[in-house]
Amino acid sequence: MGLLEGKKLLITGVLTDSSIAFHAARLAQEEGAELVLTSFGRQFKLTETFARRLPKPAPVVQLDVTNEDDLNGLADAVREHVDSLDGVVHSIGFAPQSVMGGNFLAAQWPDVATALEVSAFSLKSLSTAALPLMTGGGAVVGLTFDAQFAWPVYDWMGVAKAAFESTARYLARDLGPHGVRVNLVSAGPIRTTAAKSIPGFEKMEGGWPDRAPLGWDQTTAEPAARGVAALLSDWFPATTGEIVHVDGGVHIMGV
Amino acid sequence: MALNETEVLAGLTEIIVEETGIDAGDVALEKSFTDDLDIDSLSMMTIVAQAEDKFEVTIPDDEVKNLATVGDAVGFITKAQG
Ligand SMILES: NC(=O)c1ccc[n+]([C@@H]2O[C@H](COP(=O)([O-])OP(=O)(O)OC[C@H]3O[C@@H](n4cnc5c(N)ncnc54)[C@H](O)[C@@H]3O)[C@@H](O)[C@H]2O)c1
Repeated sequence: MGLLEGKKLLITGVLTDSSIAFHAARLAQEEGAELVLTSFGRQFKLTETFARRLPKPAPVVQLDVTNEDDLNGLADAVREHVDSLDGVVHSIGFAPQSVMGGNFLAAQWPDVATALEVSAFSLKSLSTAALPLMTGGGAVVGLTFDAQFAWPVYDWMGVAKAAFESTARYLARDLGPHGVRVNLVSAGPIRTTAAKSIPGFEKMEGGWPDRAPLGWDQTTAEPAARGVAALLSDWFPATTGEIVHVDGGVHIMGV
Repeated sequence: MALNETEVLAGLTEIIVEETGIDAGDVALEKSFTDDLDIDSLSMMTIVAQAEDKFEVTIPDDEVKNLATVGDAVGFITKAQG
């Protein structure tokens, strides 16, 4: 029996087959889950194209996490495909170019606000929008990049990730009584579309494979996706508010 | 069955027109995706993915940046079908 046999999951963030969410979706299907994906705007067609490349084609529903109507309509849109949800994957991040890339001091609030809304507050919006479907409890899993440190070029996206990690803890507190666990995978750098859009991303990758006790391959999302699948499964029944590092071990190293 | 360059151009033009709303008459081999057709990276990703499905080829990410013009893409796809 698969790790996620019979589970119904909502997976955000599939843009291409480089997306961490694509690999989480693929593994989830291989492990027996039934999926609904989300996308929005001009990216919708790209998501649909890659949704057809999954082991089983998956439906895509509209969700821009900054759009009130999309959030309000999410549960009904998902219900057209599945009657309930056992898990939700948040694999969403965005910051305007002006607030990443090494010009931290010049950032303006409206752009920072966008980064925080899309990349941090959205964990709350998505979870509460999906909550009516998680009647039997469930798991929310998100993706972070270790927010304890000041990284080269990550800048306000790093600040957004700190807010994201904190949001996950408060959500874990408030969704616990609903039987919903909220956990994050803290992944090492992976060359996805979002990553490549960070000006100077190579500086963040810098030395990661050498510093990682287990080594690190920036060209594959498989390890992070496996972490997501594990946290969606029934094998972490009493774990919430946790951050599991899938980074080759870099977070434990001093230098 | 492998298509020739004219057939690939016709198929690729359909994809470009659908994604961008550009007039089919404006799509020609010597046109640059970015400079002439004003296609941004998201549209380019969409066009590439659709072309992969339509022509049953793989266009690696590293290759995409070498495809400056419509002709470059047509040439690559025609060969890749091989
Ligand atoms: N790639 C890395 O190195 C890395 C490392 C650690 C964590 N992460 C995190 O993983 C997650 C997924 O990113 P990825 O690297 O797979 O890149 P990606 O570009 O494939 O995915 C980012 C996704 O965010 C979605 N998105 C952006 N704005 C949105 C909005 N307003 N509403 C709904 N969706 C929106 C996009 O549609 C896209 O699918 C992000 O949270 C990212 O910060 C990435």
